[in-house]
Amino acid sequence: MALLFTKKVTKRFGGLVAVGDLDIDIREKSIHSIIGPNGAGKTTFFNCITGFYKPEEGEILFNDHSLVGLLPDRIVRLGISRTYQNIRLFPNLTAMENILVGLHGHLRAGFFGIVMSTPATRKEEKEAAEEARRLLKFVNLAGKGDFLAKNLPYGDQRRLEIARALASRPKLLLLDEPTAGMNPRETQDMMDFIQHLRDELGITILLIEHQMRVVMGISETVTVLDYGEKIAEGTPTEIQGNPKVIEAYLGRGSTAEVSQVS
Amino acid sequence: MKQAIKIGLIGGVVEILLSLIGMVEAFSQRDIIAHVISMGHTLLIIVALFMGYLAAKRTPGKGSLWVLANSFLSGLIVGGLVSLLVIVGSLIDLRKVFVNAMPVLYELLTFKQGTQIGVFLLLGAGALSGVLAGLFFLSPKLLRRVLLISLGSVVGAGVLQDLLRPTFSLWGPLAIINEWLFTANGLTIQGAIGLFVLIAALLLFWSRKGSVIQTGFRQLPPAPQRILKMSGILILVFILLILPQVLGLFLSEVFTIVGLYVLLGLGLNIVVGYAGLLDLGYVAFFAIGSYTTAVLTSPELGFFSLSFWEALPFVIVMGVFSGVLLGTPVLKMRGDYLAIATLGFGEIIRILVLSDFLRPWLGGAQGIGKIPKASIAGFEFAGPQQIYYLILAGCLLVIFISLRLRDSRLGRAWMAMREDEDVAQAMGINLVATKLLAFATGAGFSALSGAIFATKLSSVYPHSFNVMISINIVCVIIVGGMGSIPGVIVGAAALVGLPELLREFAEYRLFVYGAALVAMMLLRPEGLWPEAVHRREFHEEEEKEAESKSSLELKSG
Ligand SMILES: Nc1ncnc2c1ncn2[C@@H]1O[C@H](COP(=O)(O)OP(=O)(O)OP(=O)(O)O)[C@@H](O)[C@H]1O
Ligand SMILES: [Mg+2]
Repeated sequence: MALLFTKKVTKRFGGLVAVGDLDIDIREKSIHSIIGPNGAGKTTFFNCITGFYKPEEGEILFNDHSLVGLLPDRIVRLGISRTYQNIRLFPNLTAMENILVGLHGHLRAGFFGIVMSTPATRKEEKEAAEEARRLLKFVNLAGKGDFLAKNLPYGDQRRLEIARALASRPKLLLLDEPTAGMNPRETQDMMDFIQHLRDELGITILLIEHQMRVVMGISETVTVLDYGEKIAEGTPTEIQGNPKVIEAYLGRGSTAEVSQVS
Repeated sequence: MKQAIKIGLIGGVVEILLSLIGMVEAFSQRDIIAHVISMGHTLLIIVALFMGYLAAKRTPGKGSLWVLANSFLSGLIVGGLVSLLVIVGSLIDLRKVFVNAMPVLYELLTFKQGTQIGVFLLLGAGALSGVLAGLFFLSPKLLRRVLLISLGSVVGAGVLQDLLRPTFSLWGPLAIINEWLFTANGLTIQGAIGLFVLIAALLLFWSRKGSVIQTGFRQLPPAPQRILKMSGILILVFILLILPQVLGLFLSEVFTIVGLYVLLGLGLNIVVGYAGLLDLGYVAFFAIGSYTTAVLTSPELGFFSLSFWEALPFVIVMGVFSGVLLGTPVLKMRGDYLAIATLGFGEIIRILVLSDFLRPWLGGAQGIGKIPKASIAGFEFAGPQQIYYLILAGCLLVIFISLRLRDSRLGRAWMAMREDEDVAQAMGINLVATKLLAFATGAGFSALSGAIFATKLSSVYPHSFNVMISINIVCVIIVGGMGSIPGVIVGAAALVGLPELLREFAEYRLFVYGAALVAMMLLRPEGLWPEAVHRREFHEEEEKEAESKSSLELKSG
């Protein structure tokens, strides 16, 4: 069954069609990768799903809710959360506070409850702090909760960003190049971690990836974009043999990545 | 080498500027140490020392001889440029352009020794300052700290003599200290030395034994630890309560002014410091608070004639309401655009109040008078010594609310918005509601201070609410440290309290603000007292302990 379902989504920037007529089905509890050369429109597609951009045409359905025209804060409440290609943590907040912001939508305290520090508020805050600590531990950052996000090393920042996304308890998690800038060991850890997210927490994962090793290693379905359009879709093995895909990458002179795996 | 020359030149230009705008002369009225050194000379020396230190710090390689040579050079250049001013001044009459270039200025600069000897003295003094700064740079960290703080205290005591002297003289036993420490103008020599030695000794003692005492404190069982903490707080409260009686009328007045700025600053701190919305029209809410109080309470207009306390809830509601009202049109604006738009709002409110159209209700340029004083059970908050308590209560309330908000879901939402608005929204934060809440909270605090301001003066005039107030408050927050509550207090004390205490400052207030802002941006962009990183992950145990204890207390009680 499709958790996320898009029909003929189109996003233009002036004359440039960043995403064109895109149809994608994302099955529940799958790991689905989107690949494509630079500027293919992958990030733009993410931005359309999460409400950063409003597509000019088309329909995006999540659990039978239409997402087009909703603001990002509504969409995250429906259960879609994301990370960013170039990490966007709240740099001057601690790791712990970053995660607590992720929990925002699940907390109810209002102005007077907070000022009076009502029992309900205190209970809620305590539970939130516990959950945040649990998430820190989950992404292997236990003990680093009091560090400012900007002072964490790169790999930790990537994982903290995922923890923050998880804090909103998503059904669908969008990861924009989660292994960018990682060495092979870290990349392997991240792959295991992503698989773990799906297997243990049952979160559906939509993934933008450049490293073919990752794409082929963990995804069940791969969608290939080029110039904003879908040029192929299928299992990793089907994609690898697809001449159109090789052509798209060849045309941009990055054969290395595709052939690397085969 | 090149760096040192450059730094020296900058220092020299700064000193010439300070001399020509008349600051040195104005400041030399007051002696730091009686008949030894005046505040004007101190100012010049501090600049020379600072430049020497910079030159030392920027020395590549950092071989100590080079460091000293560079700091010597920059000091010499500073002295040289000032001598140049003296020489040029003795040949040409600069007064046509610079009104402050009077003979008395040259006398000050040459230590009353005439041009020839004075020039050598200046060069010597500059070079000496430079070398001292270089030595300071080379000395170990502990020594540097001790020297800096002890010397700073001596200068501080000298600068704040008008504050300290009456305080001491009011109390019999302390009067002796007063005589020993101060003359009619400046510290006595033995007082200055004594103070320096005392502070240095205390600092050295603390550096040796401080950690022992701290761990000792932490190892105490929780009960006495709490008692110690509580007694600390009680002492602080006691001091705050008796302060106006101790300080007398004038200083209480200074405290009330600082207190009003603290109140305003805490409100703007929510908008700018927490939520990151640069609001330059903040005075609007102050004005709205004042005028609402006036309209509701003043018999002069004869609409309502409520008492202060009856009017207060309406004032706060009015403030919050106008916060939402003025916040709504600027919801989509960020950064500079927001600043400009809000700046406009501040002016609009002032002009509206001034207008003939609203004159029957708001009194136009004549303002509104006869605003009654607040009173509780017969105690009237009449003069500064009584209003002080009103303001203190207001500050404590607002600090309390700010603290609660900061550590909450709302505070975090504000700060997330400040850090990255788009991502905050994508984390489920409703930007409209969150922004409006920040505007409304800040406006409510501001209206509260407006109400106190109105009863303090017993009257309100449009010209009290000009854009300078907004700018002052923004400066207070930046200098104190964005988002930091103690920072607001320190910032208000430094930027509002000091100029009130020092007549000499008042004239150069804006100059000092500008210099302070530039200096802060360069040297300490996080502010005088930055917001401490909030530790949460390891608070767990303490929290649990405190909680189990309070539940025990509940059961036993
Ligand atoms: N806000 C914008 N305004 C104008 N053009 C944009 C904007 N965002 C993206 N584009 C353009 O849209 C196209 C798709 O960009 P997008 O960032 O989605 O590519 P991508 O597939 O994520 O590439 P990469 O692998 O480099 O991250 C690019 O040509 C880009 O220049
Ligand atoms: Mg991208």
